[in-house]
Amino acid sequence: MFRFIVRRLLQLIPTLFGLSLLLFIWLRRLPGGPETAILGERGTPEMRAAIRRNMGLDEPILVQYGRFVRRMIKLDLGTSTSTKRAVTTEFIERFPGTVELTITAMIIAIGVGIPLGYLAARRRGRFLDHASVGGSLIGICIPVFFLGYVLKAIFSENLHWFPSSGRQDPTLGATRVTNFFVLDGLMTREWDAAADALWHLVLPAIALASIPLAIIVRITRASVLEVLNEDFVRTAEAKGLTEQTVRRRHVLRNAMLPVATSIGLLAGGLLSGAVLTETVFAFSGIGAFVAEAIGQRDYPVLMGFILIIAVVYVLVNLLVDLSYSFIDPRVRVR
Amino acid sequence: MALLEVEDLAVTFARRGQRAVHAVDGVSFSVDAGEVVGLVGESGCGKSVTSLAIMGLLPKQPGLRVGGKAVFDGTDLLQLDDRSRRDIRGRDIAMIFQDPLSSLNPVIPIGLQVTEVLTRHRGMKGETAAKEAAALLDRVGIPDPKRRLKEYPHQLSGGMRQRALIAMAVACQPRLLIADEPTTALDVTIQAQILELLKELVRDSGTALLMITHDLGVVAGMCDTVNVLYGGRVVETARRRPLFRQPRHPYTVGLLGSVPRLDAGRGEKLNPIPGSVRDLLPWPDGCAFAPRCSRRIDECVGEPPELVQAYDGRSYRCVNPEPVPGTVPAPREEESA
Repeated sequence: MFRFIVRRLLQLIPTLFGLSLLLFIWLRRLPGGPETAILGERGTPEMRAAIRRNMGLDEPILVQYGRFVRRMIKLDLGTSTSTKRAVTTEFIERFPGTVELTITAMIIAIGVGIPLGYLAARRRGRFLDHASVGGSLIGICIPVFFLGYVLKAIFSENLHWFPSSGRQDPTLGATRVTNFFVLDGLMTREWDAAADALWHLVLPAIALASIPLAIIVRITRASVLEVLNEDFVRTAEAKGLTEQTVRRRHVLRNAMLPVATSIGLLAGGLLSGAVLTETVFAFSGIGAFVAEAIGQRDYPVLMGFILIIAVVYVLVNLLVDLSYSFIDPRVRVR
Repeated sequence: MALLEVEDLAVTFARRGQRAVHAVDGVSFSVDAGEVVGLVGESGCGKSVTSLAIMGLLPKQPGLRVGGKAVFDGTDLLQLDDRSRRDIRGRDIAMIFQDPLSSLNPVIPIGLQVTEVLTRHRGMKGETAAKEAAALLDRVGIPDPKRRLKEYPHQLSGGMRQRALIAMAVACQPRLLIADEPTTALDVTIQAQILELLKELVRDSGTALLMITHDLGVVAGMCDTVNVLYGGRVVETARRRPLFRQPRHPYTVGLLGSVPRLDAGRGEKLNPIPGSVRDLLPWPDGCAFAPRCSRRIDECVGEPPELVQAYDGRSYRCVNPEPVPGTVPAPREEESA
């Protein structure tokens, strides 16, 4: 088990190396360039050249890349061209918000999706089944930003149940420890701060959860239907086990295998989904920051973001593989 | 009175817009306590559906209709509610299936799959259940049962898996064991071992066994009474010896004749029954086997053949049966004891 984890973590190195190469080439090939972003259209050629020299953009490409990799290893992702602060610092400040948001979204997607998919399968062909399959189709089709605005319009502007933007009410003056606002509130025993942060999470998390929720419902439903027809379920029935035991021990556990895989894939995708959600809800996570960076051609920020997504993807899938080996003894890792 | 009395069992699958399929079309047979009864026929003749109907394990779907009776020890199983059925299943009537790998839950250790029956019907828990489970595995001939209890189905060989399934089935000393093609998915050598084990268990415990098979070798080796099924009805019932020595229904004759023989000459052709199970005449229109039958006469079509009761507990459903050598069929002492 330990060796498996180490091996998987070592696999991160070539992945990241390849990714850095791709990123580097891709970003340099884009039209415009950072000097345009900084100066706008009116900069003189001399000013442009000065900036290029300052940023090392005039050096041979290999030297630039070598420097890029060296700095990356030291976790130095450069300075944001728009905020003039270290990208790493910006990320440390904002990443926790995104993590909070994605985890909440994932909890909603899993917590609602699996039971709903299971019930749909049990009531196959009846109202709940049609409702959840139809509903999940809508969930997949509606763009996240649109759903975000609809939720905001209904639950915050009209009903005033939830705040419409931000991560926390700044007037609370909450103490910052980890930048995970909910966690900070719990750690410092500022309960109202924790609750307020949680309250701010609800709407964006629902918007972000919509697509993974819909996918989990469908996968769970299909998987349960398949397992219900398996021979071993018939064996369990032939043993005279109670319906509850058959379902819990024999059906559900086997049905979770494909669901676990899809959760891994979805969790990685949520990070990119956060870009839209955070923008809609003015939620100061990494997503909203990156959305701005795209407009500003803030290369260091974009690179850092893509690298982080890659690392998170690999780590999440490592977790999924590990959980898989707990659910399914046939793929138990050594 | 028989332990299990199946009477006019009919299973119909109806789908909207399609013709209803009569998978089982009036099957009647009985199993006495401690008796080994065979249910024989080609695939698609309704053997498995019969057994699943008795167990109440047919997939619940709209359009499924089960008629007739299956009286077990005085209660009609088909009339029971779900809860009472679950009480009987695994405790009084147990079942083993064709494919041992897919019949075992792949993600749960063998141990739990055995103990869950003990917990459900015998109220055993923890250590007691584990001990009993090990004893059961030992009884069905699984070596090192303590270790095996912790293993998963994929770690066992095919024969071991079927043994484990048998252990689960006999865990509560059922009075009736239904075995649906228990050896089909196994190697020939393993088949013999499993049959031997079943025979032994039945002999030692007095459990009645309903053996569902297409393999006449299995029938010859174990069954006391044999029911031959065709097109969802029993076409011939007889004690084992008389059936093999003197089959009366042309289908039974065909089945026996189609068994490949090792002592057949080189180049000698196999002797299959012409046509396939799908060339079926619906029973109300005559004998279902008529389209494939070599002894067909005009009377075969039009009216369904009645079940003819012959001597020695034998019955067949044929208007032109295979003749018995010697003109006068005199009752003889044959296997009746």
